Amino acid sequence: MSEGIGARVLRKEDKRFLLGKGRYTDDIVEPNQAYAAFVRSPHAHATIKSIDSAAASAMEGVEGVLTGPELVADGIGNIICGWGVTSKDGTPMNMGAWSALATEKVRYVGDAVAIVVADSPAAAKLAAEAVVVDYDVLPVVVNSVDALEAGAPEIHENAPGNLIFDWEIGNQEPTEAALASAEHIVELDIVNNRLAPNPMEPRAAIATFNEAEDHYTLYTTSQNPHVARLVLSAFYNVAPEHKLRVIAPDVGGGFGSKIYIYPEEIACLWASMKTNRSVKWTSDRTEAFLTDAHGRDHVTTAKMGFDKNHKIVGLRVNTKANLGAYMSLFSSATPTYLYATLLSGQYNIENVYADVQGVYTNTVPVDAYRGAGRPEASYVMERMMETAARQLGVDPAELRAKNFVKEFPHQTPVIMAYDSGDFKANQDQAMKAADYKGFEKRRKEAAKRGKLRGIGFSNYIEACGIAPSAAVGSLGAGVGLWESAEVRVNPVGTIEILTGSHSHGQGHETTFAQLVSERLDLPTDNIQIVHGDTDKVQFGMGTYGSRSGAVGMSAISKALDKVEAKVKKIGAHVLEASEDDIVIEGGAVKVKGTDKQMLWHEVGLAAYTAHNIPEGMEPGLKESAFYDPSNFTFPAGCYICEVEVDPETGTTDIVQFVASDDFGTIINPMIVEGQVHGGLAQGIGQAMLEGVVYDDDGQQLSASYMDYTMPRADDLPMYKVMHQSTECPGNPLGMKGCGEAGAIGSPPAVINAITDAIGNNNLAMPATPSAVWAALQEVSAKTAAE
Amino acid sequence: MYTTKYHKASDAANAASLLSGAQDGKILAGGQTLVPTMKQRLAAPSDLVDISGIDALRGITVTARKKLGVLKAKDGATITIGAATTHAEVAGNADLAKACPVICGLAGEIGDPAVRHRGTIGGSVANNDPAADYPAALMALGATITTNQRSISADDFFTGLFATALNDGEIITEISFQAPAEGGYGKFPSPASRYAMVGVFAAKSIDGDVRVAVTGAGDDGVFRHAGLEAALASNWSADAVSGVDVSADGLMSDIHGNAAYRANLIGVMAKKAVSA
Ligand SMILES: Cc1cc2nc3c(=O)[nH]c(=O)nc-3n(C[C@H](O)[C@H](O)[C@H](O)COP(=O)(O)OP(=O)(O)OC[C@H]3O[C@@H](n4cnc5c(N)ncnc54)[C@H](O)[C@@H]3O)c2cc1C
Repeated sequence: MSEGIGARVLRKEDKRFLLGKGRYTDDIVEPNQAYAAFVRSPHAHATIKSIDSAAASAMEGVEGVLTGPELVADGIGNIICGWGVTSKDGTPMNMGAWSALATEKVRYVGDAVAIVVADSPAAAKLAAEAVVVDYDVLPVVVNSVDALEAGAPEIHENAPGNLIFDWEIGNQEPTEAALASAEHIVELDIVNNRLAPNPMEPRAAIATFNEAEDHYTLYTTSQNPHVARLVLSAFYNVAPEHKLRVIAPDVGGGFGSKIYIYPEEIACLWASMKTNRSVKWTSDRTEAFLTDAHGRDHVTTAKMGFDKNHKIVGLRVNTKANLGAYMSLFSSATPTYLYATLLSGQYNIENVYADVQGVYTNTVPVDAYRGAGRPEASYVMERMMETAARQLGVDPAELRAKNFVKEFPHQTPVIMAYDSGDFKANQDQAMKAADYKGFEKRRKEAAKRGKLRGIGFSNYIEACGIAPSAAVGSLGAGVGLWESAEVRVNPVGTIEILTGSHSHGQGHETTFAQLVSERLDLPTDNIQIVHGDTDKVQFGMGTYGSRSGAVGMSAISKALDKVEAKVKKIGAHVLEASEDDIVIEGGAVKVKGTDKQMLWHEVGLAAYTAHNIPEGMEPGLKESAFYDPSNFTFPAGCYICEVEVDPETGTTDIVQFVASDDFGTIINPMIVEGQVHGGLAQGIGQAMLEGVVYDDDGQQLSASYMDYTMPRADDLPMYKVMHQSTECPGNPLGMKGCGEAGAIGSPPAVINAITDAIGNNNLAMPATPSAVWAALQEVSAKTAAE
Repeated sequence: MYTTKYHKASDAANAASLLSGAQDGKILAGGQTLVPTMKQRLAAPSDLVDISGIDALRGITVTARKKLGVLKAKDGATITIGAATTHAEVAGNADLAKACPVICGLAGEIGDPAVRHRGTIGGSVANNDPAADYPAALMALGATITTNQRSISADDFFTGLFATALNDGEIITEISFQAPAEGGYGKFPSPASRYAMVGVFAAKSIDGDVRVAVTGAGDDGVFRHAGLEAALASNWSADAVSGVDVSADGLMSDIHGNAAYRANLIGVMAKKAVSA
């Protein structure tokens, strides 16, 4: 059976995971290892008057208590946001200082104030509690709207009014004009709820300073170890790159939250140097809620205009994005270039204008979380379209289809140039699978059982495969977003692929091997994928934004081109044939139309013995490539959600969920379906279950699983997942990306379905039973009044 | 977790003496509440006295009221459950399933399998979490809580949020009650914790007394609902519940639902309880 592209090859990595033999950061034990605990602020906003660590330092087993001023004195740099966003008025964003250990002020509950290093985790925690910090508590603001009000507490001196940037995109005047002359106007206030990412493995780090070599090793839970090394070296001055090795071994999920370089890794590296011990820190679940970058948290108003034929003439969006107390690594890009550039949706809209205010609050930093900006965009677009259909009294599917982009490439007014897609095909497929025609009958039948049945669409589009380096550079990115790969053919013909992508649940060890198997016609067992270690892989940009397929595999493909070219030369030379007649198939290099061949290991051996290779050819068989994409890729699809609401309790049951996606080329359908299932679970989680809640003092009321509702199997339906794909013209494999689509496309489908069922469009996420019940009470109150 | 000293008690008397000898000792039963609290550093007992291995505190006896001794629902059998009996044992007990199936169903809906195989009825009752299930059952069934010192009626036992009539060092040994003629439990689980957001236990005794107890909703923990009791005493039916106006006064509001929503759920869960 072929193990190439399109085969349902079982995941190679699962053997070690299922046997409990995965090797995660916390599993790693260094000789002379000590443990870190952090002293964290219990206040959301306060000045630090003094820190008394005398008692803690004297406790048994304590190696050291280190604070912010010492860190700064040692020249450790501030944590930075790596993407500069420019405001409407041309000024750069107002980034406040973020020291890995707070110096003068704390700005959110959980802000690290000191690191305690001790012989055991228990001793470290005990000593951390013994550090006495004297605070002067300041007023607190937790949401973006309040933070922008005059007189709100100021969080960073250099961000007056807590405004980080006031950014815009699109064509303002034509948009306002189009809206002014539109036949119909649809308006909506939209809140995109704040989420905690909750990867199964909490963050962890173990840092070792080697005094003799002046060298650091950091094992860490990272989605991009090379970026971590670059930033730790270039900005935080921990060590020069050649003196710093970063390893991200098995990583148990990230969802974006493990892209960033956090205070804890920096502090562990520095503390290792200060104490001359290996320093290990593993977050507990409470710390994860308090310190892992959160996602979403947008407050939006949107206005859409239609002409008399129900064609969209313009869209205007304003969003206030809560970025938390400090700017995390990509925090500025997420609510701007990853969000507002998708505000044309699947639709042909001439005029779109959006402005976004990035705002400081006394909350955990907010950054990219599965989907990163695109779920927020699809939520705005698809809530607007459903609302418009209801207001105009037309079928929501027809209204969408009428406005679809039908010709490609298509330039939107908000930067993106869609390269391919067939939105109608996905919609047709989903509607058929959902038996859309039979819905009214099902609604009536449900009503007989006392249930309110509703249906909702979401025709999402998103941008993946980030991204063309020059393009993102011109938009403010501090890095290029290419990917690297190296193909090493061993003398015995087995193959190692070194990739700058990082797998933390995606199954790269399987899919990347399938690509090689397809190209060289070798079994995947002969292929090993190497990633996650800056000493092994020269460089890479890591895994996020569904980029590992479209960008990472394209780099492998490019390196394979070079390997194939060399192999053909060797084959032609040894087999005494013309290069044009050489083919690679069946694990051998053959002369077309003859029985002359070299088995794959003979090719390897020939290359490495170099006894008989073409004159002037270098021995060996190893090629590398850097691949820089030419465009974003644009996965799109149609999701249809059908729900039944129990009016007595407000409980919503998803009775059907259909997903038709266009992901371009699919390497392994089983893995892709798994990615969609997981994405849908997180999207449904956002829509119905999850939400970070702060009180007015900046304390999280939802910082444990007793109060933060993670989606569980019995909360979720059996999905109907299907594909209807167009090839992506932008990369050699035709891939678009599938890692985030489920989380991007599903929330509006769910909310559209519930609001349809209850007859009230005023419903915020998460649509918990109590929220749905309250929305139903509004309906009855209104009916009673009429 | 802070350092603590672990003791395994051989019997209730031994447990009591171990407790009295400790500076700040605590009984450890299933550990499903106490251990997480300790891990979060919110409790720091100097000593833990484990009673989960005491055979005399475990087990369920069901004594039929009628002479022939055949166990049937609605017959008013006398039920005694040892304090260290796990939720899984209650859920799976065959005699109990015949005599008082509602209590098996309730225990089978507590937490998850891991919680049910460790957590105990004594621990649940002693902890009196305002969202726990057993307190509603015990109050509605008019149960008696027996300790190493005395017997306490459920009405007197549950005194507020996480508060009970237990003295320091007092150990629950068993819980007993008479199986009701009619009884049902309606639980609306909180989406996150799956403890009761609202749980309503309604019971009609062999003598015709109706008691309705509500958990999860009260500002001051489990409570009896006079309006529902009166309505169901005259007519044991969901229709009777519909006529009751459940007030939101004194009910809890939190991030999962406000008092008005909980008041609504009390009515809905009461109907469920009597329709079961
Ligand atoms: C994930 C999870 C979900 C849960 N869901 C539910 C739910 O849906 N409904 C529900 O009702 N409960 C739920 N619980 C709580 C569970 O039922 C606990 O088992 C119970 O509350 C405590 O029982 P325990 O035996 O574990 O007691 P422990 O945790 O050992 O002790 C609890 C307290 O009671 C004291 N204590 C224990 N036994 C005695 C005794 N015999 N005499 C005097 N004092 C004693 C202890 O000293 C301690 O203070 C859940 C727990 C978890 C972890």
